[in-house]
Formats: sequence, structure tokens, C-alpha cells
Amino acid sequence: MRQNRKLQRRHVLIAAGGLALSVRPASATPEAAGKLLSGILNGRTPQEGRIRLEMPEIAENGNTVPLTVAVESPMTEADHVDTIWILAEANPEPAVAVFHLTPMSGRAEVATRIRLARTQTVIAAARTSDGTIHVARTEVKVTIGGCGG
Amino acid sequence: MADTGKPRLKLPESVKAGEPFAIKTLISHPMESGQRKDAQGNPIPRRIINRFTCTAGDREVFAVDLHPAIAANPYLAFWCRLDRPTELVFTWIDDGGETWTARQQVEVVPA
Repeated sequence: MRQNRKLQRRHVLIAAGGLALSVRPASATPEAAGKLLSGILNGRTPQEGRIRLEMPEIAENGNTVPLTVAVESPMTEADHVDTIWILAEANPEPAVAVFHLTPMSGRAEVATRIRLARTQTVIAAARTSDGTIHVARTEVKVTIGGCGG
Repeated sequence: MADTGKPRLKLPESVKAGEPFAIKTLISHPMESGQRKDAQGNPIPRRIINRFTCTAGDREVFAVDLHPAIAANPYLAFWCRLDRPTELVFTWIDDGGETWTARQQVEVVPA
């Protein structure tokens, strides 16, 4: 399967011509992303639920894959989400983005577009003001890998 | 990219006090990841927007640390809640230290 994807990508690049978009051999592993997540958890047990990570099941173009994270939270001074992390297990760098929210955010929902080097699991982690960490994961099948980290 | 750094904002001009509203932002920027090589095989140096902030006066409403896995022309959508008329200031900073700023006044009507 992976060989097929590589061949497909090469054909697309040849078709594109000119600038070579070769990806440096991926150095990241699920272990690297796991290490980052351990740092975020800092000894706490991740909670499931309250967090939703929305991404397409299949991304034809890994260069721009839409992502939305929503966390159930009243977003008050006493109880709000203060940080949302996005990690991609099989990208050259597993860190994708860190969102910093405040009670003025009003709603714990963020969206962006990310690069995915190949088919992989994307992880979203959200920390609430009492220190609880909520984690969600989703697998995205990537047809043509993104060139970015 | 000729128009690098051109910011676009989409948010209401008037909102109800205390009611969250969506803000969508986009800025043109190649987000060069540092992972690519040119036609001669030389690495293309990394240059990405690494920080975005939305502030109201001296208060930070929302901020993002961006890594190379954010797609070119970074799109960021988030929410905001205001209780009085406020000028929101949006700032993007890239690896070269270049900074782009956009502002929008938001009127607030009683809920």
C-alpha cells in the first residue's frame, strides 16, 4: 500500500514538473508524538469525551486538510479550556499547533487546515482550567501526502 | 508570493453582549516548511508564520503557536465574546520577524 502511494506521488510530481517537492525522510514516529502527549499530560490520566476532533476520513490532498476541534465548556473564569494541542503522529514534526483560549473566547472551538505527510492518526488534547486533559484521536487516510512538516 | 501578508477577516460588525460569535481569519503566506528542496536539491529554508494573536486592548482573547504542519495561507477560525464595544487587533508574526496587523471595531448591543 505504502509503495503504491509513493509511486502515485512520484507520478504526480513528475506531472507537476519543475520544483522537486521531495519530502525529507520522515523522522517522526508515533513514539515521538506519544512523548509530546506525555509532556502535555504531565502524569495526569487523559479523559475521553467532552472533546470532538472533526477531520475528513479521506484526504485526497495532504497539503491542506480541514480540522475542527470543539470542547464542551462554559468558558467562564472558573471553568474554561485554556489550551488545545494538535499532534500528527506520522509527520516529520508531530507538533501541528497550540491554541491558547481565554474566557473571552466564549466557546471552545477552533478550526484550521493542516498538512499530513501520509495516512496517520491525528490527536487533539484540550486542557481545562482545573488541569483536566481531554483527548480525541482520528485516523485520516491521505491519498497524496503533504510536503510540509 | 507577491501578496504575502495580506490578511482577511470575517466577523460581525455588531454583536449581542455576552453572546459568542465566530471569527475567521486568513493570511496569504507560503508557510515554507523547511522540509522541501529546490530543483537543484538544496533545502529551502523554513519560513512560517509561527504566532497569531487576537487582542482586545491589553487583554489576549486568543492566540496560536503555529508549526510547519499548518497549511499555506493559514486559516484560523475561533470564537469571541464581548460585553462592550471593542477594537479587536489581529497580529501574525513569521520566522523572519515580519509582523502583519489587522483591526476591526465590533459594536455591542444589549442582549
